[in-house]
Amino acid sequence: MFILIVGCGRVGSSVARAMLREGHTVSALDEDPESHARLEVGLEKSWEDLGGQFTVGAGLEAEALEAAGVDGADVFIASTDGDNTNIIIAQIAKRRYGVPTVIARVLDPLRAEWYARQGLQTVCPTRVAIDMLETAVRDSGGREAA
Amino acid sequence: MYIIVVGAGKVGWNLARELLEKDHEVTLIESDRRRYMTVEQELEHNVSYGDASELWVLERAGVQRADMVIAVTGDDEDNMLICQVAREKYLVDQIIARVNNPRNRQHFDLLGIKPSVSATDLILRLLEHEVPEYGLVHLLDLQEEQLEIIEMLLGKDSGVTGRRVGDLNMPEGSLLISVLRSGRGFVPNAETVLEEGDEVLAVLDPGKEDELKVLFGPEGDGGISSG
Repeated sequence: MFILIVGCGRVGSSVARAMLREGHTVSALDEDPESHARLEVGLEKSWEDLGGQFTVGAGLEAEALEAAGVDGADVFIASTDGDNTNIIIAQIAKRRYGVPTVIARVLDPLRAEWYARQGLQTVCPTRVAIDMLETAVRDSGGREAA
Repeated sequence: MYIIVVGAGKVGWNLARELLEKDHEVTLIESDRRRYMTVEQELEHNVSYGDASELWVLERAGVQRADMVIAVTGDDEDNMLICQVAREKYLVDQIIARVNNPRNRQHFDLLGIKPSVSATDLILRLLEHEVPEYGLVHLLDLQEEQLEIIEMLLGKDSGVTGRRVGDLNMPEGSLLISVLRSGRGFVPNAETVLEEGDEVLAVLDPGKEDELKVLFGPEGDGGISSG
């Protein structure tokens, strides 16, 4: 599969590396040229030598998306540090470029939930953290259990 | 009307003030604490502090009963999202979005966020209007109707000066609607002879600009109708 990842922070770069290792074609897009170094953390060879593609540009710029190969992407992951950016570019990938699988990382649970109901696939790390914390507290059992 | 304005920059602040003067009910939402404090000194309870892309902030401002939401922050993604949520989640009748980078207008259109207003675009158009060498000036885009109205100034070298309107080989889907000559406007007929210095207005299907530009430019042979 051809996977395009927009936003190469800790989350985006880790997913990019994992997918590349699994044998997929991976293209990463980030507006910060320095984030290329984050892609290569723990890799034995350079990102390009391993077959990865890296483009510098903003996810909202049509030219940057096209240079990164959005037209041929099977999967589009929006994982920039902005919730609104992720929600908007995910919709662009879906509606304008017809990418079959589009996933947006959205930190705000309320926005994640509403857009999910509108048919956008969202991943909400905050929701996961809330659920885990609630479970950990419930399972703790108080002083008696310690 | 109850109007929510998002973003208390220069545009939002002035807009809120004008709307209040016209006796509308207004809530201006600003996410920067310091900016909020400044604006609050003048607009008092009409300003609310918070990030309007957080749904609860919009709800606290009473988005459910708002007649209009205007998003004029400096961030195009925020403006798109706020308007999309206002219209599709809270069923607000009227939205207006500010486009900061004119290149992003295509995204506003794609998501159906209209009307959208770009100051950069407006200034560019004014500039085109002030600089006749630029050729053809867009006067009006009727997006829903799929029509445009443009203006052209006929220079000394224009291929159509001295020609009868009836002889022009106007492209399919375009029509001359008026001629401005020596400060007077009139509707041309087939017998009208075009003169140097005429400003002609045409209505056309989008995408016909280039054909008209050639016809009315120095290369245009006046397009003696080929039948």
